[in-house]
Amino acid sequence: MSLSKFKFDRKIVLSFWIILIALIIAAPTLLPVFRLNLLGRYLSLSIVALGVDLIWGYTGLLSLGQGIFFALGGYCAAMYLQITSSSEFPNNIPEFFALYGVEKLPFFWEPFRSPVFTFFAIWIIPALVAGLIGFLVFRNRIKGVYFSILTQASLLVFFNFFNGQQKLINGTNGLKTDVTKIFGQMVGSESMQRIFFWITAILVIAAWFFAKWVVKGRFGNILIGIRDDEPRVRFTGYNPVIFKTIIFSIAGGLAGISGALYTVQSGIVSPQFMTVPFSIEMVIWVAVGGRGTLMGAILGAVFINYAKSLVSEALPASWMFIQGGLFILVVTALPEGVLGWIQGDGPRNLLQKFGLKRKIETYPSLEVNNKDGNNE
Amino acid sequence: MGIMNNKNLLNLIDITVSFEGFLALNKLNLNLKKGELRAVIGPNGAGKTTFLDVITGKVKPTKGEVIFKGKSLVGRKEHKIARLGVGRKFQSPRIFENLTVKENLEISVSTPKSPLNLINKSIKDEQLNEIERLMKIVNLAQKIDSKAGSLSHGQKQWLEIAMLVGQKPDLMLVDEPVAGLTDEETDLTADLLKSLSGENTVVVIDHDMEFIRRLDSNVSVLNQGTVLCEGTMETIQKDQKVIDVYLGRPED
Repeated sequence: MSLSKFKFDRKIVLSFWIILIALIIAAPTLLPVFRLNLLGRYLSLSIVALGVDLIWGYTGLLSLGQGIFFALGGYCAAMYLQITSSSEFPNNIPEFFALYGVEKLPFFWEPFRSPVFTFFAIWIIPALVAGLIGFLVFRNRIKGVYFSILTQASLLVFFNFFNGQQKLINGTNGLKTDVTKIFGQMVGSESMQRIFFWITAILVIAAWFFAKWVVKGRFGNILIGIRDDEPRVRFTGYNPVIFKTIIFSIAGGLAGISGALYTVQSGIVSPQFMTVPFSIEMVIWVAVGGRGTLMGAILGAVFINYAKSLVSEALPASWMFIQGGLFILVVTALPEGVLGWIQGDGPRNLLQKFGLKRKIETYPSLEVNNKDGNNE
Repeated sequence: MGIMNNKNLLNLIDITVSFEGFLALNKLNLNLKKGELRAVIGPNGAGKTTFLDVITGKVKPTKGEVIFKGKSLVGRKEHKIARLGVGRKFQSPRIFENLTVKENLEISVSTPKSPLNLINKSIKDEQLNEIERLMKIVNLAQKIDSKAGSLSHGQKQWLEIAMLVGQKPDLMLVDEPVAGLTDEETDLTADLLKSLSGENTVVVIDHDMEFIRRLDSNVSVLNQGTVLCEGTMETIQKDQKVIDVYLGRPED
């Protein structure tokens, strides 16, 4: 992870941002609605991937249960949309309740009448649930593969619970959002989808800056310390439980935001968000993009999902093989992911192998060292 | 408890550690005065590392009491014990290889060690000065921004000692600091540890006799989980029990 080697010129960085912002503004006119909507969905997935990178890439916690928090965020958003669009239905409650003979709104739906409450619930509820699960697990010093198994088991518990609660949240059918209204507009309408795309793009950038801020200084170094040698961090006087709980909670909050944005752009939230393969895919995006690079997580999520839809359109049913192959390739050949490989010495080493670039003859650090031959 | 003494920084009283019947430590008693430099030696399996594990909270003694600065350490979590002022250097250098030398030292000198402090505030000036001072002491000033993983073995050992000092512990526990070092590096390390004592209380575990001799301190000999004898290097070298343990009992 030699990020320091990769310092860009200020002008390049500035022009990169100008081009990026121009693309975001222009995307709705450049892309057909269908593609724009897909891009918006994949961008929203990159936010959950950022969270995975924080907990896995930086802190070494491989969670296979991020779908829980993703779905919770989605449900929060969908509950608000359903309840505020239910005035023409019997009892003024969402339509699906009538199917199961429910006449009174379950109590936990009530606060979701408020847009302000929903705005906070989307990220705070998943963050609190993640914090609670995390604290209990970390306090008992459960780590490594046991942690992964536990998160996957929690995912299954949540999946089964949500799947079976028809009378509370429409069970396996999930909650539709595309025919609901927000600010008097249909959520599924073209104009709203365009706005959601812009909101998503802005939030991805904001989430990226936030994640960078989290890992930037000493806090981020402690996370890396926990990943590499947790007992050492303990003996230095830090309590890893608190650090791990905080970062797991942050990842949960990011997953919630991601799930809400994904829900309003795909038109439905359902327990399908909490299936085992989906949460594993989130890990694959980060692994392929590059663990511990943040930008790799974003690129991984967007490109793999875009590839998935392109491949599925051309050769249905072949995507699973390609995705599996990609994962195996990354694990065996590029353990640091694509971006990690580029930022490291990957491209130069590859060119050297084909004899296209001269090998460096001296230690690059030689000239900056002291004279008494103390360099290693 | 009669042995408890205000001048002692650390009292280990009748410590017994049993791993499924095997006695790693057996009624071990050891007292350390403030500012003392103490070497602990003993053959393999004598319980040297378990002895450090008990003090630092990694292993809970089956029986016995650890009193540090008048407080019992038994049952406290590792990070709480560290914050009370017990620092530890591990046998093989345990540094954070993916962080730079400076970042490693930042982790050790930063206080308070709470997440909020670390994420909100930048490091204090006096802590930065301390880092600079430490890097000069251990000769790593040129390596400030190098990844710790790229250091040589000896430099890693020194970085870990610098991290230990940066933690400002009242009690430093140093486990085999010269393993894998050259003779010259060994001598420098011995001098460094000697210079740290007085202000700090230092316990050094090793079995390199030349190194221990150079420390010129009191020596405790551990064998089969208990203290065999204590005294200066000359005294223990003449002690028949120590000779037996180290050279093997004459067969009779």
